[in-house]
Order: sequence, then structure tokens, then C-alpha cells
Amino acid sequence: MSASTAGPNPDNQTPKAPAEVGVSGNVTDLTPYLPPVDSEYDLEMSDLTGPKEAPAPVEVIFDCSDVEVYYGEHRAIRDVSLSFGLREVTALIGPSGCGKSTFLRCLNRMNDLIPGAKVGGHVIYHGQDLYADEIDPVQVRKRIGMVFQKPNPFPKSIYDNVAFGPRVVGMEGDMDEIVERALVRGALWDEVKDRLTENAFGMSGGQQQRLCIARALATDPDVLLMDEPCSALDPISTGRIEDLMSELKERISIVIVTHNMQQAARVSDKTAFFTVEMAEDEKRRTGVVVEYDATDTIFTNPSDKRTEDYVTGKFG
Amino acid sequence: MTGHSIARSAISGMRRGDKSNKRAFLFDVLMFGAIGLALISLLALIIQTVVKGAPDLSLQFFLNFPSRINPANSGAQSAIVGTLYLMLLTAVFVIPVGIATALYLEEYADKTRWWNRMIEVNIQNLAAVPSVVYGILGLAFIVRGPLGLGPVLLAGGLTLGLLVLPVVIIVARESIRAVPPSIREGALALGATKWQMVSRQVLPGARAGMVTGIILSLSRAIGETAPLLVIGAASSPRFNPSGLGDAFTALPIQIFSWTQDPNSVFVNQAATASIVLLGILLAMNGVAIVMRNRYEQRW
Repeated sequence: MSASTAGPNPDNQTPKAPAEVGVSGNVTDLTPYLPPVDSEYDLEMSDLTGPKEAPAPVEVIFDCSDVEVYYGEHRAIRDVSLSFGLREVTALIGPSGCGKSTFLRCLNRMNDLIPGAKVGGHVIYHGQDLYADEIDPVQVRKRIGMVFQKPNPFPKSIYDNVAFGPRVVGMEGDMDEIVERALVRGALWDEVKDRLTENAFGMSGGQQQRLCIARALATDPDVLLMDEPCSALDPISTGRIEDLMSELKERISIVIVTHNMQQAARVSDKTAFFTVEMAEDEKRRTGVVVEYDATDTIFTNPSDKRTEDYVTGKFG
Repeated sequence: MTGHSIARSAISGMRRGDKSNKRAFLFDVLMFGAIGLALISLLALIIQTVVKGAPDLSLQFFLNFPSRINPANSGAQSAIVGTLYLMLLTAVFVIPVGIATALYLEEYADKTRWWNRMIEVNIQNLAAVPSVVYGILGLAFIVRGPLGLGPVLLAGGLTLGLLVLPVVIIVARESIRAVPPSIREGALALGATKWQMVSRQVLPGARAGMVTGIILSLSRAIGETAPLLVIGAASSPRFNPSGLGDAFTALPIQIFSWTQDPNSVFVNQAATASIVLLGILLAMNGVAIVMRNRYEQRW
């Protein structure tokens, strides 16, 4: 089964959210290996059209620069500058408490929900700063899907779980079709098509997580954020979800936080390695990005000693 | 120590000690004694009520009004109808206010603000205020004072509503809190607004607990005597309240005034009315149990 044949309009990725949030059109064609967007860079880049060594230039979907998050007084991450390309899987790896999830939650403004959390820097999504004053976080979350560590289906039928997103967003069209399409894309349709009205709590953990993925896909987001989506699953379910991810990346971008380095190596195109920085004076831990590169490079030829130590299992 | 002696001392350690056995036995006796005392007094009360009240329990008792002139044909229609009206009014008042308050405190209130903490502490304390105090409040503010409704059905309903409101709020908060945060996150991450999240996930998830708690609170409300006495419920009226602004009575009040009567016929009718009240309460608790078993959400 191929996910790309599932929908009637596989190439039309623009979610049907109000236009104000929208794309302002100045998306630059950067290879993702370059530093964050700068106006000077823009000019130089227009000459470099042909790919030389790196994969073909990828359209940048997320461009984050100097992101920092404060929880009250405590700075949880600082100076995170990463950009994610269209139809790419990016893995965020690093030891516990290094702020991977915190950073991931900046990308769809889920950090807004934590009292006292403050986000600094810029998170540019299709050319629009998600933290600009005029941006409504609800609209952001409509376009950027998220899957959590523990499967969190709603205590409703499978159908209603998938239909929840389209309903709250006010998606047009036949709901049965929308649900079917999402379940097909979530590689779950064949297993559940005869029991759509059953409660989702009756499914296995792996099925529940795929349901959560299907649910997030139902509103046609172009990015899926996954926060350790397999950490509560057995190896077989994990394998299914990894297969699903490689199907999904035909059409959307995925940013995945994972503790499992083999998983990062298997599924991702690029990997960012985070670590914890201990401040000398205060006993506070702040997460920083050590290295961000193609996954192969990170795992076989990292340029930073800390990355090498981590991927070879010397700490973490 | 040889291996053998180690084994022996280990085994002797496993034997039941006489001393701890005695203590355990003493504790068992105390426990069963306590529960037995409670059960026996309850049983005695019920038996006495049934013995005294059952002979008068007939359809006539439900249909007739209290009568001094003809005690044998006396009944409790006005009290039963009054109790049912009161329950309805209390529910109409307490359900929206209680749930809305609980939602505010759990989902919207910023708990770092002093006024929200103050509201919380006050609600906890209000739940422990004796019911007669609510009667005085009802008398001062609802019957007389600002609202000036007089001792009417609406005043009774509002007073009982105030009485159980703190309990309803607390129960509703517990049920809301039982909905796991992951459900809220899941809904918000799908682009739901806060209200969509609350109305489509949190409230349905908390429904069973709320319903159960509200029914139990209402059954407490209709069993209350003191506040209704204080606000001036009618004694043995020969009519049903025809509207919110009408005088009323309720079963506890009727029972109270009958027990005060020198005529032993009325004392027995007080027992009959008690059976009716107990029946209503049991039925309500039964409904609460059925609701809980049927709709309870396990996470």
C-alpha cells in the first residue's frame, strides 16, 4: 500500500486554514546545510543552483534562529538555530533533559500552554514568524501536527478520534472520506475499517499510536512533530511506525525527537545533536545544539567530539 | 553458625508470633465491633421506622394532604411534591453554576493569582459550614434582604442550592482533574481552541463523575431540614405549590412537624413519611451508582 496514492489531491499540501497565517511567499531555496537565513546569504545563494555534493536543494519549511526557552527564570534551551526542509525527516537526539522536546514544542507553540514558559528568538515557518504578535497559536497548531510520547487517543470511537481535528478546524468535504484517507495514510485502515465505531481504548498500544498519527494527518498538515513516538511501544509496533514515517515523508516533513539512536539512523535524513550545558555558577542545565548535519555524517563522521562520544555510546 | 542452624533460625522467624497474633485478633475485634455498632444502630432505626410507618403506607398517603381534622385520612402529597420541586429547582440552579465554577477553577484560573487561591480555599471551607448557617443566609438574603422573595419555593430551592454548591464544585473539579493532561494536549495540538478542547473532550470525559456527584449532592439537599425551617417553610399545607412564588413544604419539614404532634397518629405518619423520604434517597443513590457504572471513564 502506498500512502501517496491515498488522497485525491496528494500534491496540494496547503492546509485549509485562514490565509492570515499564511505563507508570505518569500521562501528561499537554501540548502539546509547553510547557516540561517540572512539577507546577504540570499543573494549568494541564488547563484548556487546546482547541487554539488549535498542532496538537491530542499525547500526550507522551518527556519529557527537563536531559539531560547525560559521556564520562569530558568533557561531550558538557548541559541538553537536549525532549519528543516520539506519532505525531510529530521531527528533530534541527545541525552535526557537536553531540551529536545522543549524545542520541538516551540515549533507548534505548545509551549504556550505551560505557565511561565517564554520563547525567544525566531521560529520561521514558510517565511512567517510563528511568534509574531498577530499569529494565533490555535491556527499554528491546525497546520502543524503533533504526536506525543504516550499514545493519547480520545475516549471515543476510532472514527471520532480521526474526525476530531477536521471538525474543530472546520474542514470542508465528506467526513467519511477524510477519515478514510487519514487512516489509510496512517497505515491503519485495513486493521480498523470494520470497527470504526469501536472505542479507541480497545486498540493495542501500537495501533493507538498509529491512530494518533492518522488523527494528526487528518487535517493535512505539512509537518508532523513527533515526540519520542515509539518509546512506549514494542519493537514490532516501532518498526511499523518507522515504515510509516518513511512513507509519510514522500509528502510531508517530519521532526522526530528520539532517544533511540538506531531509530534516528534508520529513519532520518538529518540529525541534530543536543546536549546539556551546566552553568558554572548556578546549578542550572541548559540545552544547546552541538551539531546539525546529514544523519550519515553525524553517525559516521561527526565533527564534534561530544557528538562522537554520544553516538558511540560513551555517555548519554 | 552452621548452615543448618541458619536455616533453623530463619524458619523460626517465619512462625507466627503469639504476641502479634493476639494484637491482630484484638484489632479485628475492634474493627468488626465498630462496623457492627454502626450497622446495628442503622438497622434498629430502619426497623423502628418501618414498624411504625408501614401500616400507613398506602396510595392514599401519597395522594392526601395533611389533615388535623381527619388524621386517619392525612397524607403527605404537598410534602412529596414540594420535595420533588425543590430538588428540581436546586438542580437547575446548582448544575450550571457548579460546573461553570469548577471549569473556571480547573481550566481557566491562573493558580498563581491570590484571588483564585482565595476562591479555592473559601469553597473548601464553605463545604464544611453547617447547613443551618445556610438557612440563616437564605433568610437574610433571599427571603428578606436584597432579594426579598419571602418564604417561597424559589427561596427554598436557592437556599438548598447554595448549601450544596460547594460540594458540587468540589466533585466537578475532581472529575475534571481526572481527565488526563495528555487528552487536553492532544486536542489542542490538533488545532482545537481552548473552548473546543473543554467542551468536546474535558466535559464529556468528566461527565460520569459529575453526574454521580450532583445526584448525591441533590439527595443531600432534599434530606436537609434545618435551612428550610429557618427560612420558614410552611407547616402541613393542604395545597401543592403552584409556582415559584408559592409557599411550600418538604418531607423533612413535614416529618419534623408531625413528630412534634401530641397525637400519636401523626407520629406514626412521620415514620411513614420517613420511609418515603428514604425510598427517594435510595432511588437517587441507585441512579447514581448505575450512572457511574455505565458511563465511568477509565483512563
